[in-house]
Amino acid sequence: MSTDRAETVTLRAPRHRVSRKAIWYWTVRAVIGWLVVLAVEFGWLVNAPTLGLPVLVLLVTVVLAVVHLIVMPRWRYRVHLWEATPAAVYTQSGWFNQERRIAPVSRIQTVDSERGPFEQLFGLANVTVTTASAAGPLKIHGLDYATAQRLVDDLTRTTQATPGDAT
Amino acid sequence: MTWPGPAEDARPDARPAAGEPVPTGDGIDPSWRRLSPRMLLVHPFQEIPRALPAIFGLFVAGTASGNQWWGVVSLVGVIGAAMTRWFTTTYRITPDYVQVRQGLFRRRELSAPRDRIRTVDVTAHAVHRLVGLARVEIGTGRSDRTDEGVRLDGLSAAEAARLREELLHHRPQPVTQPVAEAAPVAAPAARPDVEVVLATLRPSWVRYGPFTLSGFVAVGIVAAFLSRAINEWHLDPTRYGPLRALAAHFTHAPVGLAVAEVLAACAVFVAVASTVGYVLAFWGFRLTRHSAGTLHITRGLLTSRATTIEERRLRGVEVSEPLLLRLVGGARCIAIATGLRVGRGAEHGGTLLLPPAPRAEAERVAGEVLRDPAPVTAPLTPHGPRAMLRRYTRAVAAVVFTIAVLIAGWWFAGWPAWIWQVALLALPAAALLAYDRYRSLGHALIGGRLVARQGSLVRRRHALACDGIIGWNIERSFFQRRAGLATLTATTAAGHQRYEVLDVPQAEALRLADEATPGLLTPFLERHPHPHSVIMKDPGRHSTPNPS
Repeated sequence: MSTDRAETVTLRAPRHRVSRKAIWYWTVRAVIGWLVVLAVEFGWLVNAPTLGLPVLVLLVTVVLAVVHLIVMPRWRYRVHLWEATPAAVYTQSGWFNQERRIAPVSRIQTVDSERGPFEQLFGLANVTVTTASAAGPLKIHGLDYATAQRLVDDLTRTTQATPGDAT
Repeated sequence: MTWPGPAEDARPDARPAAGEPVPTGDGIDPSWRRLSPRMLLVHPFQEIPRALPAIFGLFVAGTASGNQWWGVVSLVGVIGAAMTRWFTTTYRITPDYVQVRQGLFRRRELSAPRDRIRTVDVTAHAVHRLVGLARVEIGTGRSDRTDEGVRLDGLSAAEAARLREELLHHRPQPVTQPVAEAAPVAAPAARPDVEVVLATLRPSWVRYGPFTLSGFVAVGIVAAFLSRAINEWHLDPTRYGPLRALAAHFTHAPVGLAVAEVLAACAVFVAVASTVGYVLAFWGFRLTRHSAGTLHITRGLLTSRATTIEERRLRGVEVSEPLLLRLVGGARCIAIATGLRVGRGAEHGGTLLLPPAPRAEAERVAGEVLRDPAPVTAPLTPHGPRAMLRRYTRAVAAVVFTIAVLIAGWWFAGWPAWIWQVALLALPAAALLAYDRYRSLGHALIGGRLVARQGSLVRRRHALACDGIIGWNIERSFFQRRAGLATLTATTAAGHQRYEVLDVPQAEALRLADEATPGLLTPFLERHPHPHSVIMKDPGRHSTPNPS
């Protein structure tokens, strides 16, 4: 709407998706969360004087949980994207509020890779790339472990090749 | 943090009592030293107010139990503890480090590598100034924001000024005559480097004091103190003559009049307190540029402060206009520099380049600091009708929702009708706010700087050097995507760490980012021959409604 050029410039999404295994990891993690909620509600049901309301709440929770478990991991898998070139790291996240972050490799301060116990079960890792700015590190969740390792190695090597304190 | 080898200097008290050491030929004395012994006078003054509640409590408890010495003993204890701080603190300045050892039970050693030193602040509180001392704070720009850095509390004022000069300008200068006890913070006088004055406070600027609202803090403190006093000491305001008259007046006056009187009294008090605060904080304000590449700020009536900002750490400036100040044509100027946190309140930490002053003056100073007036004064590109619509919908929708709830409450739950009728008044106010917020929006790339302006309650215009941009965040909410807008955030290691261009058309956001950091976005850009194609299209378009 503001360019007079005949062509329109758009920012394409990052190329890569995270590991497909992340879908199952997110599902399992959500299942645990829902089980806690259901356990509490079941306890209420057992101790309640009348069954009507607790059963209704329990049913609604089950429906919500099933919908969430089916939709959330797949949706998240579609919208969490990343890409790394020799010059920049580029990520996208967010469902309704989409956020894209770009950081030049020359300004990277730290590259962290971490794996929680559940992520280790699924062979996944998170990679966090920070710059000297306190605003918004780039986080890539649910990468395949080998991919994460390679990404960290690549970024570390390129970052070390850049002189200066990157501020 | 890098620690020096322990064997490097095994003589912690090589020169124990040398409060005013005579510097060696290169201006550096690498042995461990103590702070000025005059701090023995200052420490109790600093500690007693802090410990006052405890001392008072012990005094009351002691009196109640018949032993009146408790209060005295605790007072002596506090003074003693304060004095041990002088005995337990040593520091030294080597060619590579500034190191401080402190603590009686918990020994700490802080060290700042000299090549990482970014700021040196010299502060002298009233008590410090009485005995001719100053506190030196050395900032290394660590971004975790919890560590306060190395602090030398209590050097003689001349020594502090010399140390600042030494640490920042890296120019060892031989001191030929004994260090004289000069003015509290010695003005840089006969020095080889050239000093250019960029701004000095004019007394007439005090007229902006009432509009800074810093007095609100004072009102809060006084109100909190009074309410505590009334509650804890069971004071009855009606027992005192003038207060009783006042209370009687309020109980008989109509409610509206009483409220108006209280508000007027508060307004007057805030205005007076803000003005006093302005004078205390900014009296003698002076911004200078040294040829060694630093900006130097001195200010303060009772507590004098001297801040130095290295120009190579400067990434830009911000001109901010809080609403009240803007109404009377005032503005202030703030530095965007790495290693300097942007503080809160009227003083903005050490980043303030000009206290509230006429707007033209703030713009002139910002231009002087940048060596280019254009980024602060040049006209900006507006963000277009969709950004305007978004300002109105956002401001008005919240008010409409609130009014709807209030009407529903009145209709179904019998809430008084005047509540929603009063709430209706918020509608024009919201519209006015939206109009002003849209008028503030603007952006441009001028002289290698990303310039953007936004806000109504506090309107800010920042000019951030493109070299200082270390990343981009492009945020698009659901509604922004529908409107074809994006919020472009430049991340940086300086100042607020993030500077936004709010609700800019998406293609324009990409053009700005691409021009500000050439090449960075290029691999991720796609050019479409059709002008009506969807901008920044989503790969996950199954999940989100089509933005077109």
